[in-house]
Amino acid sequence: MVEITIRKRPRTEAVVTQRKFFKKTARGKVIKVLRERYLRDDVGCGISGCNACPVTDVVLPAAGDQTHRLFPNGHFILPDTNVFLSQMDLVESNLFLPPIILLQTVIEEVRHRSLPLYNRLNALIKAEDKRIWVFYNEYRSETAIVREEGETPNDRNDRGIRKATAWYNDHIRVTRPPIRGQAPPKLPTVVLVTEDADNRQKAEKAGISSISVRKYVEGMKESAQLLDLLAAEGPNQIEPTPVTSGRQALYPDYLSTSTCLAGVKAGELHQGHFSANVYNYLEGSVSVPAFTAPVLLIGRDNMNRAVHGDVVVVEVFDEKEWRAPADEVVDAESALKNDDVEYSGDEGDEEEEDPVLRREKQVLISEDVKRTAGKQPTGRIVGIIKRNWRAYVCHIDSTSLTSSNPTSLSQQTVFATPVSRLLPRIRLRTRQAPALIGQKILVTIDRWDVTSRYPEGHFVRSLGKVESKEAEQESLLLEFDVPYRPFGKAILDCLPPEGEQWVVPPKSDTSLEWRDREDLRDLIVCSIDPPNCQDIDDALHARYLPNGNIEAGVHIADVSHFVHPDNPMDSEAASRGTTVYLVDKRIDMLPSLLGTNLCSLRPYVERLAFSTIWEMTADAEIVNVRFTKSVIASKAAFTYEEAQLRKDDQNMQDELTLGIRLLNTLAQKLRAGRMAAGALNLASPEVKIHMDSSESAEPLDVEQKQLRETNSLVEEFMLLANISVAKKIQETFPQTSVLRRHLPPPRTNFEKLQDILMKRKGMALDVSSSGALAASLDRCTDPNEPAFNTLVRIMATRCMLSAEYFCSGSVSRDTFGHYGLASPIYTHFTSPIRRYADVLAHRQLAAAIGYSPLHASLHSKSHVERILDIVNRRHRMAQMAGRASVEFYVGLALKSRNEREKGRVQEEAFVIRTFRNGLGVFVSKLGIEGIVMFKREIQFDADNYVITVPASPTSDAGEVKIGVFDKVTVNIEVEKDKNTQRGRVKMTLVHPVDSTSM
Amino acid sequence: MGSRVEILNDGGFRSDGRRQFELRDMTIDLSQQGQADGCAVVTHGLTQVLVSVFGPREAKMRSQTMHDRANISVEVNVAAFSTGERRKRTRGDKRILELAATIKSTFEPVVQTNLYPRSQIDVYVQVLQQDGGLLQACINATTLALVNAGIPLLDFVCAVSGGVHSTSPLLDLTLLEENDIPNVTVAMMPKTGKVTLVTMETRLHVDRFEEIFRLAGDAGKVIHGEMKNAVRSRTSALVAAMGSGPRVGGVDVAADKDGDDRMNEY
Repeated sequence: MVEITIRKRPRTEAVVTQRKFFKKTARGKVIKVLRERYLRDDVGCGISGCNACPVTDVVLPAAGDQTHRLFPNGHFILPDTNVFLSQMDLVESNLFLPPIILLQTVIEEVRHRSLPLYNRLNALIKAEDKRIWVFYNEYRSETAIVREEGETPNDRNDRGIRKATAWYNDHIRVTRPPIRGQAPPKLPTVVLVTEDADNRQKAEKAGISSISVRKYVEGMKESAQLLDLLAAEGPNQIEPTPVTSGRQALYPDYLSTSTCLAGVKAGELHQGHFSANVYNYLEGSVSVPAFTAPVLLIGRDNMNRAVHGDVVVVEVFDEKEWRAPADEVVDAESALKNDDVEYSGDEGDEEEEDPVLRREKQVLISEDVKRTAGKQPTGRIVGIIKRNWRAYVCHIDSTSLTSSNPTSLSQQTVFATPVSRLLPRIRLRTRQAPALIGQKILVTIDRWDVTSRYPEGHFVRSLGKVESKEAEQESLLLEFDVPYRPFGKAILDCLPPEGEQWVVPPKSDTSLEWRDREDLRDLIVCSIDPPNCQDIDDALHARYLPNGNIEAGVHIADVSHFVHPDNPMDSEAASRGTTVYLVDKRIDMLPSLLGTNLCSLRPYVERLAFSTIWEMTADAEIVNVRFTKSVIASKAAFTYEEAQLRKDDQNMQDELTLGIRLLNTLAQKLRAGRMAAGALNLASPEVKIHMDSSESAEPLDVEQKQLRETNSLVEEFMLLANISVAKKIQETFPQTSVLRRHLPPPRTNFEKLQDILMKRKGMALDVSSSGALAASLDRCTDPNEPAFNTLVRIMATRCMLSAEYFCSGSVSRDTFGHYGLASPIYTHFTSPIRRYADVLAHRQLAAAIGYSPLHASLHSKSHVERILDIVNRRHRMAQMAGRASVEFYVGLALKSRNEREKGRVQEEAFVIRTFRNGLGVFVSKLGIEGIVMFKREIQFDADNYVITVPASPTSDAGEVKIGVFDKVTVNIEVEKDKNTQRGRVKMTLVHPVDSTSM
Repeated sequence: MGSRVEILNDGGFRSDGRRQFELRDMTIDLSQQGQADGCAVVTHGLTQVLVSVFGPREAKMRSQTMHDRANISVEVNVAAFSTGERRKRTRGDKRILELAATIKSTFEPVVQTNLYPRSQIDVYVQVLQQDGGLLQACINATTLALVNAGIPLLDFVCAVSGGVHSTSPLLDLTLLEENDIPNVTVAMMPKTGKVTLVTMETRLHVDRFEEIFRLAGDAGKVIHGEMKNAVRSRTSALVAAMGSGPRVGGVDVAADKDGDDRMNEY
């Protein structure tokens, strides 16, 4: 039996124990709140060997930590709230291991200020390697305090923290009295660590030892590594240095949040996401609902410290001042090469203008002259609603180092250049700069003051050596925010307990698996996938029916049988949204047991499936469609190539081959029907990377992906299945069905491409409908250039919007259509192993055919919308991550080819864009884009998309004109950027004019 | 805001600094209040209830008299200032009627009504301040007021509330806890161990119920000790004031194992 006691509360204590306050509710009612608390003497101090405190599982060593320079007698640290609010990275570091006394007051304040930080703090308390004791000071009679009149909550908490520190020191002294005849015991100190200078002062006055985080870390053994983890301090807290004092503001101040919000409400200001320009670091734009074109922001002042992704408020200038976007490539790396880290932002002497400012001004003025046509709304940022800062993958800029002596541990301020070109350089202070060169590191932005040209940040951790496979992979995943942690135990517990041994149980009426399932094990089903495919989520069959019609079936892995709504695995899958495919790695959405085994429709084993079965006429007209849960046994797993060979080999007359042929004839008819309806044949540069072996990092070569007839066979039937399912679930759940749509692109998107085509090639592009566009794309051919048509298709694809998932109840019925497929309704159903939207579609279809009731969450429109928002975002990020991964490997492949071919990798390329000082080219064979820059002055005809390279005085070559769509030959090199160690593709023209010297 | 308060933190403390099985401070005042035959003011933490008992006396309405036993009537009045939000409750308020009915049915089997046929015992419950555990305070105060009025009871009735946070049981809930976790109020008779009331307005898992129920029973015994001491010291004070009987100092107020049996004599 547990001990039940009555906690006595002496009446005299009421002052400290009772608290009464009034609070106003949202409705304006005033509520009296009365709370009491019970003060006690049995709250443990957590120091081992303490004879006054009840014995609990103590974590703090009796002597404290004796390794710190300033505290030879040993010490404990007692951090203030602001330590956790601003220096969480430091505390989380596995090098930061002093015994910590964590006050309840501090925990509650952190919780009140920031829930994410509170959660991190909670994880820390539970971490094994940390020695953190939570001291409930508010419940201990000696340390509990009440707020005094006129005291702010903050001051009250500070006082409580100081009182607790004082108590701890007393407590240690009292419990270890000197024993007569022995030297007085060495008493460890409890040190108050705080960033608040005022608090430190007060503590000093009360005789409590206190210290700032920086000073504390400086005295630690591993100070070199740890100092970097410190967040940049606010200007009010650091002692003035020559650099910070006397600085002039470089940026205008922001308006207050309330002014911004009021302005937005009144329509004078506009709110939107800031996106930086990849080509020009001095330009950015904000899409706002009030204008069709995004609002242009030119120059640093107008961009006013916004970082890509921030939610900002802009003020739009008078129409007189509107400008057109720049047509020049302005590379931050070359323009700001010599900007000094320490003094950047310091105007210095009045007469001597900052060289950086001067250079930037020049750039802006020179651009001004040329900005005539295509004016856009222009404005400036006046406030920030929400910063979207996170940790960025960066390289250390080696030129910003003052000393690159590898053993140097001096504090240096260096630049970190983010991998993404959209982000500004980040200034950070580190003691391990030399060691970090050539590494990929993670850096967080802490703040961006008006006096500083660059944002200030701090080092979080190192990812590894540049170009090492692991570092690049992890940096990719971080950059695109892909969750890549292994699945936790709670998630793996949702898997069937049989694990790998799980099989479809023998058919019986009582078995759960067989309930309402059709037995399709005898059907001649096969799957066709890319080589080495492990997650086979679809299989097909076709056969003649006695009535002369054809029965065709698509069988999709029944993932929803294993993934039940609202369990940990389901929520994890929902937050991952999709499986991410990198060149050498797959980050699964579902645990691999499901993806590659239980749900994978492998050949020769029985698997659960969700089947869509059509009855069609020989002309591929659908007579009838039905959906059913089923059990299938695939008879073969082909690659596209194998299936193609089998189909073409007339000697093969077995059932499987006949089935494939039948499917193929149907697919061809379906395709023809789709094309006639106006479906687009889009193109994107897809390449395949040949790897030597999975272990070696060196890719051998790059080739374009080949498309076979069988690819299109599978594609046609998947499309058909998706469309049929979409119709069914939309009928049954008109409010909440999960669909996918592709909005028609606004006509303005095509204007530039139309103009280029007309002027350069004399071709017209009809964009009035998807059918018209498809037809006119077919006409865009150049008999001499077979690749030209693909190029135009790629460029047209880029003008379009991207497809998205949506909830049928949240948009109007006439916007359901899928533009690219020319289908009035569409969804994703066929890859539930790797896409979460498909899992939802499966659940809805299962409910639509009465197999199982629909989970309540799928009845809620807002819930479905929320999930699909996440899935859409993840989907986009996954695509970008995949592309970036391909890009990285193409770079590696080029590098190895360069070495083999002695730096003479030459490829044919098309010009796709012209700049005032360069060309944008596309190498279709490698699927990469690059920029050829000219250092020499060239003539640029913006209206006709032509540049003219004047006759070179040194060689005998004459004047050369190059325009968009011209075919050129480029020399491709991978050069390591000297500053950032980032490998980047550098292209130079070889033909028609050699640009190496230009 | 409310969601930001932890019901039970990792250190094993509740939001007011108690541990799981610690009851709030309980004070009992049995002094005379006005004309009542017996009254008691009981506070559990910040919940305070005043109960006055009149009777047994002749019933005002003949229709309510019963020929073989006394009728117990309970009237509850909640002071407007007792809750955070100032609200006047009318006497016809359904929640108050229910509270009264609960108290009545709790005491009907305990009060020896058959000793007073054709009479009525009036119990007036005045809620002065609320911070959770209202029913337990009402029942405990009613017991004491009945004892104070000299009405024969079979036993004390001791009530206590309990709840479960995740899997950890808690006793004697404050308002904050009551709003957050499933809770149950148990009234028991310590001598026999019989239970006269179990009431629950929230959903509680069956597996947890037994544990809570047992704990609340044990907690009732602790409350019983507190109530007994209060009654005894009040009685000895009265006896001393009358100038007869044992001197105040002579009564052993400290735990006396068979004090229970002597109690019945008072």
